[in-house]
Amino acid sequence: MSDSNASVPKPSSSVKLVLLGEAAVGKSSLVLRFVNNDFQENKEPTIGAAFLTQKCQLPTRTIKFEIWDTAGQERFASLAPMYYRNAQSALVVYDLTKPSSLTKAKHWVAELQRQASPGIVIALVGNKLDLCTATGEHDAAEAENSETATEEPQEGDARKITTKEAKDYAEEEGLLFFETSAKDGTGVQEVFNAIANAIPETQLKGSRPAGATGQAGQTRDEGRVNLNANAGAGGPKDGCAC
Amino acid sequence: MASKATLNSEQAIKSETSSKNSGPPHISLSKEDSEDVGDDLLREDWKPELPPRRSTLELMNVSQKSPTSSLRIGITTTRPKLQSTATTALSLADADGQLHSDELQRNSATSLRSSPSHKSLRSHTPIYRSRSGTISEIDDTTSILSYHHLPGGSDAESILGDLLTTDQRSPQWLFSHGDRHVKQDEMPFDNNEPTADFNREFDEIPDLVEDGSNEAELLQQWESKRKHFLILSAAGKPIFNRHGSDNLISGYIGITQTIFSFFESSNDQLKSFSAGKSRFVALTRGPLYLVAISKLGESDSQLRVQLDSLYMQILSTLTLPTLENLFSKRPSTDLRRPLQGTESLLAALADSFTRGSPSTLLSALECLKLRKRDREAINNAMLQVKCKDLLYGLIVAGGRLVSVIRPRSHSLHPGDLQLIFNMLFEAGSVKASEGESWIPMCLPGFNKNGYLYMYVRFLDILKEKESEEVHKSTDTTEDRIAILLISANREGFYELQKMATEVIRYLEKIDKLSTIKSAIIQGRPTTTDIVPGTVLQHFLYKSRGNLQYVMPSYEPSFITLLGRRRLLSVYHALHAGVHAKTGHLKVYHCISREHVALAWITPMFELYCIADGSVERNALAQAANKVIEYIRSQEERVFIIGGVVSHGPSTLTLDE
Ligand SMILES: Nc1nc2c(ncn2[C@@H]2O[C@H](COP(=O)(O)OP(=O)(O)OP(=O)(O)O)[C@@H](O)[C@H]2O)c(=O)[nH]1
Ligand SMILES: [Mg+2]
Repeated sequence: MSDSNASVPKPSSSVKLVLLGEAAVGKSSLVLRFVNNDFQENKEPTIGAAFLTQKCQLPTRTIKFEIWDTAGQERFASLAPMYYRNAQSALVVYDLTKPSSLTKAKHWVAELQRQASPGIVIALVGNKLDLCTATGEHDAAEAENSETATEEPQEGDARKITTKEAKDYAEEEGLLFFETSAKDGTGVQEVFNAIANAIPETQLKGSRPAGATGQAGQTRDEGRVNLNANAGAGGPKDGCAC
Repeated sequence: MASKATLNSEQAIKSETSSKNSGPPHISLSKEDSEDVGDDLLREDWKPELPPRRSTLELMNVSQKSPTSSLRIGITTTRPKLQSTATTALSLADADGQLHSDELQRNSATSLRSSPSHKSLRSHTPIYRSRSGTISEIDDTTSILSYHHLPGGSDAESILGDLLTTDQRSPQWLFSHGDRHVKQDEMPFDNNEPTADFNREFDEIPDLVEDGSNEAELLQQWESKRKHFLILSAAGKPIFNRHGSDNLISGYIGITQTIFSFFESSNDQLKSFSAGKSRFVALTRGPLYLVAISKLGESDSQLRVQLDSLYMQILSTLTLPTLENLFSKRPSTDLRRPLQGTESLLAALADSFTRGSPSTLLSALECLKLRKRDREAINNAMLQVKCKDLLYGLIVAGGRLVSVIRPRSHSLHPGDLQLIFNMLFEAGSVKASEGESWIPMCLPGFNKNGYLYMYVRFLDILKEKESEEVHKSTDTTEDRIAILLISANREGFYELQKMATEVIRYLEKIDKLSTIKSAIIQGRPTTTDIVPGTVLQHFLYKSRGNLQYVMPSYEPSFITLLGRRRLLSVYHALHAGVHAKTGHLKVYHCISREHVALAWITPMFELYCIADGSVERNALAQAANKVIEYIRSQEERVFIIGGVVSHGPSTLTLDE
């Protein structure tokens, strides 16, 4: 977790992040990948919520994520406001192989837009990419067709939600969008990176070294303006060394 | 937040009386919610009430610190009454979960038995194995057991009585003083002694293949299990089943439901029956049917305690009002959905009973042995930094209790603590968490109607020095230190988090984390460490006043799964024997091919001990006395006496 610049004190600030989404979509797995670079095949359902922290080194500053990994099971839903109320960012996760999970994700997005703090940075994340053979859109469409035609689905492709469908929705709502695999790690760093970069500088409190604020104001005020620039499982950005 | 009820103590006391009178199907539905009721249970606008505060008079008892005085309370009277005198940190288990010998008797009256009971009233025959399939049960005891009248005719009761009144420090009791309070039994549990197949008890039963061709084989596997737990809704929907898929055993589920409703319709309640080597014990709790099917030889009431624990586990997830609402709105509710994610907790609890749980058997807890001074320092650390909303503060290490602070008016029920431990050590997501957890949980012994919020943080102090030879415990998570802070405030996380950080800092400052750590590494002493040269292989000592127990390590004789189960089977038999209705049994002695064993009960303690079959009875009795001496001398180290009373929040609110 050390960075080449570690000796030079960088402005550091904490960012509250909440993960929301249907049960078993892989929220805890994403966090485990991000925090420990690890994966567990049979991760047990979260009970209540788990609180974790992880630092993320950006070129100009250090971001300390304070992460709420919430339980997806319905009986915990009423606790969610406590976790997102003061969050600056949210990962709304769905399972690429499970259509109902996108519906649930949309509900969460709507709730966040209604109830969370106005500047909140929301990333929509389709997880379990490793179960999908190809990332292309029409493959998925084919898989769906083949299912209705009771043919063998494409070997190993369990994708049920096309990239286009989710991406279009994300664009409409002004969300960051990623497809990830907590299992093989694809896209996971990028999500957190993008969030770290998308948090408006003005929102970063608690910057320790003096003169930190207002320094590199690439992303000012309007939290949602340039978010879609990061859409898609692009290459690593800005060398988040966490 | 909106759904909160604030209570002062007067209201609380009133509510106690009213809730007592209103019986179980007490549902006050404040809203009509015809949507899927399984959804979002926490969101209900329900206003639960707190359990009653004790009246001031009773409160004064709380501050009694003397351990001996806490042991005196009329324990021989009906035990649940003790609940109102919160003498120690740990209150008696919920009355539902208690063993009542008279209940036992009633149960056996309605039991159906398929095997003939023995008619052999024998005189003392040291080695005798009952051939019958009948499990040792209370109503059997007269036939299977032999009363052993030893010469001398002196009265053990008076000896014990004298001991208790005149010389509490060194109770001496010898077998030569036999009488009606001493019972000799040729171990009836030999019948059901688990054999090597017990090692496969926890193997998964595979799924049925599509064409069902492996059904017979799977059913055979199912039947070979020593223990089953089955939970159904009154409408017959399966809720929990420890082994095999619902499909596989749908026949059994159907039969079970039929039997239940047959008894229900005749206004009777099915309690238990035997079939072959299996004992069936049933429990109805509100809208739920719970069944245990055991070939391990436990008594009916022991099995009932286990079932009750499973029920409490369900309540801890849902709360009672929610459970009742679900079924009153829709009797056909599939409870699996709202319980989703807690199957592993139910299974873990069930498996702990199958492996054998001293804690459940005795309805008591175990503490980490510490010097009194150390424990006080640790308690003090928590008190120093205690935050406003804290209800209970616990430090747990090595699967045992290190420190408890609690509000003056509330004690902690062993049953609740068992649920907490189960959550800590069995919920994969909690124990594996690298961080902190915030868990809504209903503690039914505290209040069945609402949630508390539990802050959990594990400290990996053992990890730091992996090179050190850590003792050979198999479960490493149990070796971690956990800080548990419980509040009724669902928004209380950050406050409790801050407190936990301060507790840790404080403990580090006074160097007590290392003390705890070395106590964990040391582990439980072996029996011979405790009493050098003793003939005993193992013992359980329960302090009835403190609701805590002490036991040595399972090493060296009982470390395997099978070895440990056999030991626990002996303890179950002793426990059943000594708690049997017949007479006021104080000492119960039994012999099998391999072991001699002894149970000894006084108002202050219960002692169960076991030695090799070749050991003479007097040697056994002497060894038992040595254990008592040891406990006496270590009392303040092995037990948490009184717990620390903190000034809890002045008003409490509880979510449902
Ligand atoms: N193949 C695959 N499996 C995954 C991936 N992420 C998670 N899983 C599996 O999906 C299951 C659920 O993952 P969790 O991380 O527990 O899901 P969750 O969203 O935290 O679930 P709740 O805590 O119940 O809300 C586990 O068995 C994971 O191993 C992934 O990227 N690929
Ligand atoms: Mg999770």
